[in-house]
Amino acid sequence: MSDLVSNLGLGFSIALSLQNLALCFLGCLVGTLIGVLPGVGPIATIAMLLPITFGLDPVGALIMLAGIYYGAQYGGSTTAILVNIPGEATSVITTLDGHQMARQGRAGIALGIAAIGSFCAGTVATMLIAAIGAPLTRLALVFGPAEYFALMVMGLVFAVVLARGSILKAVAMILVGILLATVGTDLETGQERLTFGLAFLTDGIDFSVLAMGLFGIAEILRNLDHTETRDVVRQHIGRLLPGRAELRQAAGPILRGTAIGSTLGILPGNGAVLGPFAAYTVEKRIARDPSRFGRGAIEGVAGPESANNAGAQTSFIPLLTLGIPPNAVMALMVGAMTIHGIVPGPGVMTKNPNLFWGMIASMWLGNLMLLIINLPLVGVWVRLLKVPYRLMFPAILMFCAIGIYSINALPTDVMLIALFGLIGYALIKFGFEPAPLLLGFVLGKLMEEYLRRALTLSRGDAMVFLERPICAGLFAISIIMLVAALTPSLRRSRDDVFSEA
Amino acid sequence: MTRTLTRRLAGLALIAGAAAGLGLAAPGALADAYPQRPITMVVPFAAGGPTDVVARIVADHMSRTLGQQVVIENVTGAGGTTGITRAAQAAPDGYTIMMGHMGTHGAAPALFKGLKYDPATSFDPIGMAAGTPIVIVAKKDFAAPDLKAFLAAVKSGGASVNQAHAGVGSVSHSTGVLFDSIIGAKPTLVVYRGTGPALNDLMAGQVDFMTDQIVNVAPQINGGTIKAYAIATPERSPALPNVPTTKEAGLDNYEVSAWNAVFAPKGLPKDVSAALVNALGKALEDESTRKRILDLGGTVPPTAERGPAALQKLVESEVARWTPVLRAAVDGNN
Repeated sequence: MSDLVSNLGLGFSIALSLQNLALCFLGCLVGTLIGVLPGVGPIATIAMLLPITFGLDPVGALIMLAGIYYGAQYGGSTTAILVNIPGEATSVITTLDGHQMARQGRAGIALGIAAIGSFCAGTVATMLIAAIGAPLTRLALVFGPAEYFALMVMGLVFAVVLARGSILKAVAMILVGILLATVGTDLETGQERLTFGLAFLTDGIDFSVLAMGLFGIAEILRNLDHTETRDVVRQHIGRLLPGRAELRQAAGPILRGTAIGSTLGILPGNGAVLGPFAAYTVEKRIARDPSRFGRGAIEGVAGPESANNAGAQTSFIPLLTLGIPPNAVMALMVGAMTIHGIVPGPGVMTKNPNLFWGMIASMWLGNLMLLIINLPLVGVWVRLLKVPYRLMFPAILMFCAIGIYSINALPTDVMLIALFGLIGYALIKFGFEPAPLLLGFVLGKLMEEYLRRALTLSRGDAMVFLERPICAGLFAISIIMLVAALTPSLRRSRDDVFSEA
Repeated sequence: MTRTLTRRLAGLALIAGAAAGLGLAAPGALADAYPQRPITMVVPFAAGGPTDVVARIVADHMSRTLGQQVVIENVTGAGGTTGITRAAQAAPDGYTIMMGHMGTHGAAPALFKGLKYDPATSFDPIGMAAGTPIVIVAKKDFAAPDLKAFLAAVKSGGASVNQAHAGVGSVSHSTGVLFDSIIGAKPTLVVYRGTGPALNDLMAGQVDFMTDQIVNVAPQINGGTIKAYAIATPERSPALPNVPTTKEAGLDNYEVSAWNAVFAPKGLPKDVSAALVNALGKALEDESTRKRILDLGGTVPPTAERGPAALQKLVESEVARWTPVLRAAVDGNN
């Protein structure tokens, strides 16, 4: 314990230097801004800023880059709430209730709760990394391909549970999502699948392309179609910040979301993606009136947003303690470290204690700064909604087009978001939800890889999924949840929601 | 994004250049000298990866010699061939060059049927930049005490041995199937999306062994979470002084390195080519640049092995070396 205190003391002494504070602030600010711009994600930004950090000392450089990463997580929820475009896979869920709240004139409250929830989650997660980061890495090693597969299956069951309308339609959307995930070059054989010989499909469909098309562009089309709903967003804005009653309502979801998000974030196999989905499902299951979800329930914003940010923080654990990047952004951080002459790996904590503890301390400071940056900005964002839609939508369209082009510099990506926009509009018209599709897409790719890997290792014996206790346990949870979701009472309430929608 | 930055930097430099030209009325002879504006170096892999790191280190010093910024542009996709294809089709004026790689200029013809360039004829080679030695690594409780025992175990184990790799076309895949074909083993190949997850499972003991670049595995070897049997270079690496070379450990013909080299589109003017060769050579002579590469576990090839002619020869021998091995491995899969 005294170790922890002295280590954190060391960390803060480094993070509180004027230069590092400034870099942390800069990172958070840049992160927030790019998070808000649809399409421009942290990966592109960090890649772009990498050479600029050459002149800095490594600790400062990494503090800034980390700030960009979690700052973007904050900013990403802003677009999800205001214009229904999830910037990242982890903010897909925020669109469900967050955007509904904005439509009801409660955008400020949704943004406020997202910021406060993220801050609480960030604080807890930082403490967690500092206290038990090293022992927790063992969890990462217990999870083999079979366990990850079971985890992904559980994720898809979440998708069924959280869908609003008919279960059949939700399942159909998930399957389409999985199908879209199979497009591209097969890892194992190098064969192209479902690419129709088109060069731009050889690396598959980019998540941002799909998300921006199905959510962003489709939402614009729908708004232009439904004059009355768009006016709802514009007319009354309501209070800017959440009041005491709302905070009380959100406290439980924030705590639960933090716990779920932190746990899943530690897993190196991109487990953090599941955090917000799991948190949402839990909130919906334990809510007294689940039908409020999807229609602007504050718990539906607080839980997933906390989980999202907690996961973003704890995903540094495998990077800092094992040297293994759990996702693309972390892979870039590894690159940043090697360029600065720090070899990421099990030795970082002992060989570079300044870096390790300095970064941890800066994460908490960064979260505090984000709260300070974001709360006053809530007013600015909300005022944006007053801008007449005929001026807003061309701007959103333009940002989407620029953002998507900046990721891979492919003109075809811009055309693809238009195509997915039309598909998304058709889906809305026929009462299909895009969220399960996107979840199927994200998890489908991982699921296929883990399934094949698990079966390769077991030489084709499917019993491997039942013989391993963690794996069997995860499957049991999935089955229980699926059965619960299919029970008649619940199904009736779901159908009610659907018929009103 | 990197591309937009490149554009913006290029634009800025143009403006600056124009202003300088107007103000100083530079002498005519100098005005024609290459380079007049920033040079784009296409890196066909993601920012932060081993090739990108080498490119940035080398480009940093080349900029100083050339007097113009060498800007990195990451164009990823299709095992690096997307970026190389794009760069190969650029104008051969010295303003677009690229960091090629064992995969894009050695393994690619065997793996990508519709490849739009020929590694041996579509480029003007500038020179080798760095080599990244390949290390044979195994899970830490693999029973064999040395390489000989390990080779015997892998051979006799047959399909019960699990070999990890990071996807068809990756360095760990190419060097791994070459390893199998040389020792005559047929382990089960387990595929991962990238080296990170593969290493994670190797550490956890889910898979038995893999071959990969020293940059990726050295920290884990030094941290004791995986073990190394041999390094596939003629000499030991200062980053892993205790790991024997393949030759020392009794495996003669497995010497392989994931090399990085600078290429330009075919048809470069002589003076431009000479300027680039000179700048790259100066960068690799520079002590601090060399040190940065060596610290990563990379190697700087000796002067005789890194000029344009040596590189041309290397590309031809690499294509000849990889094509049969990889064709056999990929066809066996289908």
